[in-house]
Amino acid sequence: MNSQTNVMSSAGEQAAANTSGPPVRPFFWSLRREFWEYRSLYIAPLAAAGIFLLGFIVTIGHQVTKMRGMAGMDAIHQRNTMASPYDMASGLLMAVGMLVGAYYALDALYGERRDRSILFWKSLPVSDLTTVLAKASIPIFLLQLFCWAVAVVLQFLMLLIQSAVVAASGESVSILWAQLSPIQMWIMLLNHLITIHGLWYAPFYAWMLLISSWARRAPFLWAVLPVVALGALEKLVFNTSYFFQFLGNRFGGSPAVVFVKDWPANPMTLLMPGHFLLNPGLWSGLIFTALCIVGAARLRRYRAPL
Amino acid sequence: MPCIEARGLRKAFGTKVALDGIDLQVQEGRILGLIGPNGAGKTTALNAMLGLIPYEGQLQVLGHDPWNERDALMRDVCFMADVAVLPRWMVVSQALEYMTGVHPRFSRAKAEGFLAKTDIRKTSKVRELSKGMVVQLHLALVMALDVKLLVLDEPTLGLDILYRKQFYDSLLNDYFDHSRTIVVTTHQVDEIQDVLTDLMFIHHGRIVLNTSMDELETRYAEVKVMPDQVEAARALKPLHERQVLGRSIMVFAGIDRKQLTGLGDVRTPSIADLFVAVMGTANGRGQGEA
Repeated sequence: MNSQTNVMSSAGEQAAANTSGPPVRPFFWSLRREFWEYRSLYIAPLAAAGIFLLGFIVTIGHQVTKMRGMAGMDAIHQRNTMASPYDMASGLLMAVGMLVGAYYALDALYGERRDRSILFWKSLPVSDLTTVLAKASIPIFLLQLFCWAVAVVLQFLMLLIQSAVVAASGESVSILWAQLSPIQMWIMLLNHLITIHGLWYAPFYAWMLLISSWARRAPFLWAVLPVVALGALEKLVFNTSYFFQFLGNRFGGSPAVVFVKDWPANPMTLLMPGHFLLNPGLWSGLIFTALCIVGAARLRRYRAPL
Repeated sequence: MPCIEARGLRKAFGTKVALDGIDLQVQEGRILGLIGPNGAGKTTALNAMLGLIPYEGQLQVLGHDPWNERDALMRDVCFMADVAVLPRWMVVSQALEYMTGVHPRFSRAKAEGFLAKTDIRKTSKVRELSKGMVVQLHLALVMALDVKLLVLDEPTLGLDILYRKQFYDSLLNDYFDHSRTIVVTTHQVDEIQDVLTDLMFIHHGRIVLNTSMDELETRYAEVKVMPDQVEAARALKPLHERQVLGRSIMVFAGIDRKQLTGLGDVRTPSIADLFVAVMGTANGRGQGEA
């Protein structure tokens, strides 16, 4: 009986605390729990960076020898030689980000139905749209930002190690820093990750989320096979391959302003958001993304555990 | 305003009718048991009330339309769908943080108080807990919510008898306070006999019995009929008759107990016996006219 009155009074206190308590933040906590559930979102980029750094340390002697041998080269060659391990580091994190993002997007709305936890999530005052928006913003924004931060730290550590080795061998460190211009490199990388890997690839992630909320099994196959079948059908019926070309362009040949063939004298001129923002492909892609997200949220409303 | 009000609630999955136009009202402060055989439509009815499935007909839960306003409704309603829906990767402390972050009526202190009475450690993952402990954890989270309606679908399925007993004890002692409403479905009907205030039997998507427990005691009687009174008892048209150890046991509805005392030992039927009696009748009449 005593415990019952205690509970009653604490219920009263709690009701009073509610009115003054902190406001709830469903979106923030929806994001937070994705990182609890999908730890590979941060472990995979960190692990890849760690392994790469180890490899860089092991081969550091080779890097320094290469630097010695480039005295007679022109500036662009010098820069490319010095930058190559740093470009590889960025490339690695981009690739890891894409793989992890795709794995995540295909499982995000499928896994919760498979393990029945959707019934727990739906017992709480969080709307389907909030949930799906939180899940979509992870591969499209947060994962890219995280990969950028890991790349920056990785490249900074590489620079420090290389500088130490170069200085220890009695040579000038300044040429390394001048040629690589790390700040510029990091701004460029951030621009690339947000525009291309985030916004330009957003339709791919949104499509995977849509399939993830729809498929009863094998979301990977459902996301890929119909697309392949559509392309094959086009080839068979019309003997054309516009659909594959379209996908190839979308995936590989992003707007020319962002993917550069030649390195201009001042690379910062590549940062032309105007060109990127005026690209109709960007906007049609974002509209497709929005449709997929709304579709996934609607499907989630109807979906029961598997 | 009733807590739950349905009129002509109907749901079909393809050609299979799960709910065949049911009408029901649940008043605030009641503990309603929804009992029925497998596939009777219990879970479908609950899912409709919780906004998990679309339906035909009218349905209002605490003034909300569940299908279109699930997230608003979930501020005042909580449900335990069945055992083991807590995500297996979740750490107990994460569950507490998350609930605090998304639910305006969650009291973390209260949840921690309930957990302190169990063996659950805050650093444990759900996958490391036994089935009984997962239910304890879920119940602690749910009871720390100051909501008006709690819906439980087979909350004790697969638990051993100690946990089952404990479950309803804490629900009654630590949670229920007559301003809340609880709707529960279960197959373990004997356990909730003393818990419920109202009882509803559902069969083939229709309500075949809808009574308060008080009314049940006055309306229904079970008589262990003495051998020489069997014919007299049968003349009173029992709902159901069964043989136990050579004695006839009959369930009567709406017959004065004074009239029955002469026939044998009279008592109030258990929910299980009443269930068998009513379901037998409902089956006999086909889809019944209840």
